[in-house]
Amino acid sequence: MSWHRPHLLDIESLSAEEILTVLDTAKAFKAVGERAIKKVPALRGRTVVNLFIEPSTRTRTSFELSEQRLSADIINFTAEASSLKKGETLKDTARNLEALNVDFIVIRHSAAGAAHFLSRVLNTHVINAGDGAHEHPTQALLDAFTIRERKGKIEGLNVTILGDILFSRVARSNIWALTKLGANVTLCGPATLVPRTFEQLGCRVTHDVDAALRDADIIHLLRIQHERQRKTMFPSIGEYTTLFGLNKTRLAKAKPDALIMHPGPVNRGVEIDNEIADSARSLILEQVTNGIAVRMAVLFLVNGGKGPQEIAAG
Amino acid sequence: MAATRPAARSSFPAMPEATVILNAPAIERALTRIAHEIAERNEASAEVVLVGIQRGGVPLAERLASLLAGIWGHPVPCGQLDVAMHRDDLDQRAAPVIHPTTIPFDVSGKTVVLVDDVLFNGRTIRAALDSLNDFGRPQRVQLAVLVDRGHRELPVKADFVGKNQPTSLAEKVHVRFGEPGRADEVVLERP
Repeated sequence: MSWHRPHLLDIESLSAEEILTVLDTAKAFKAVGERAIKKVPALRGRTVVNLFIEPSTRTRTSFELSEQRLSADIINFTAEASSLKKGETLKDTARNLEALNVDFIVIRHSAAGAAHFLSRVLNTHVINAGDGAHEHPTQALLDAFTIRERKGKIEGLNVTILGDILFSRVARSNIWALTKLGANVTLCGPATLVPRTFEQLGCRVTHDVDAALRDADIIHLLRIQHERQRKTMFPSIGEYTTLFGLNKTRLAKAKPDALIMHPGPVNRGVEIDNEIADSARSLILEQVTNGIAVRMAVLFLVNGGKGPQEIAAG
Repeated sequence: MAATRPAARSSFPAMPEATVILNAPAIERALTRIAHEIAERNEASAEVVLVGIQRGGVPLAERLASLLAGIWGHPVPCGQLDVAMHRDDLDQRAAPVIHPTTIPFDVSGKTVVLVDDVLFNGRTIRAALDSLNDFGRPQRVQLAVLVDRGHRELPVKADFVGKNQPTSLAEKVHVRFGEPGRADEVVLERP
């Protein structure tokens, strides 16, 4: 068990041991969320800026609630309300925030590498809440937490990620996390959105949805991201649903204990059938609940950052 | 490197000197005495619950609960509390490992006996009192420790003490209790 990083920028650079440290710590924070008093003073007096340059409701709400439950003080920035609209650079915005003596910056940005950039120019803790199509580390950690909680392990499980892989930071972070933890990852979707190059990350790539679902223990669905697609990558939404949407007929061919995940927001009737999204096999709402615990754990661990692990008795 | 190193043995750092200050029978006697003192202090035995502080306090609390059950003739509830999230030194060191907190009973209105292995600067106990508040409002809280080594930085005093052991700040006190395959003992280590 060890964590000596002042930031959480990506999953790629984490070791399996570090990922497991986050998951174990999150378990304790999940228990806090189940108490009558859901707040602990671990970040009392610390200030967190939620710098959301790209629109987000669920990730921002989840971070905000996590920060509140750790007793931190919070400032929220959105793209519309900030001087970025007036032409200020990201660096200037961030350095102005730093000049206010904030301790943490949680950043969501449409450019890959934005969080890494901030971690180089600032002295605050930086947490990546999604940077372009690069990574979304806390999403992958909460997904891993949810799988581990429901299946008891991750090693040896077959996880199929189905949908828009090319534009998905969730997919990239999940691929890193799951392969590091010993899962067998299969990627599936239209050939335009699931290029063979992903095999270099240690995944199986197939464009046959039935083959991808057959042995899956976890079916991880990704949203078709209209906003990230510069040109049409497949003929129509209707065709995508017909060829790759998760419906009852397809699910019937999968393992009876296969569980379904989705990072949200769900396009009902597109990537997933209405009834399946609400079934007992769907972990979608558990993922949301676990997101709080995992983000609390990340903030808690990053706050320690460096220094000796030992705490003196007393 | 090896060639330039002086051959004299004195260049090696001195091995820490370790003294056993409590052996297994002495620990058992101390716990038995503490159990009787808890029973003497608290006539309303049904109101008493034990809470061990992670990690060292947990096996000691369990042992005390079974000793008290023998004295009172009824089971005594026993929980475990991790105080890491309530510590006041979280930004001065790496984030600590968090162990489970399980308090499977309502502490409101009860007499909670907090149990820890070593009482040192008192900061763990302050964090434990804070943390306990999140679970309810105990009628009173008492503190039982196996070893009190002094050097308090906060106004904390134990109600029940196994052994008072004056120490220097450089010394370390290690409590080994309830580890499978190893004898219980308390060791004082001098640098």
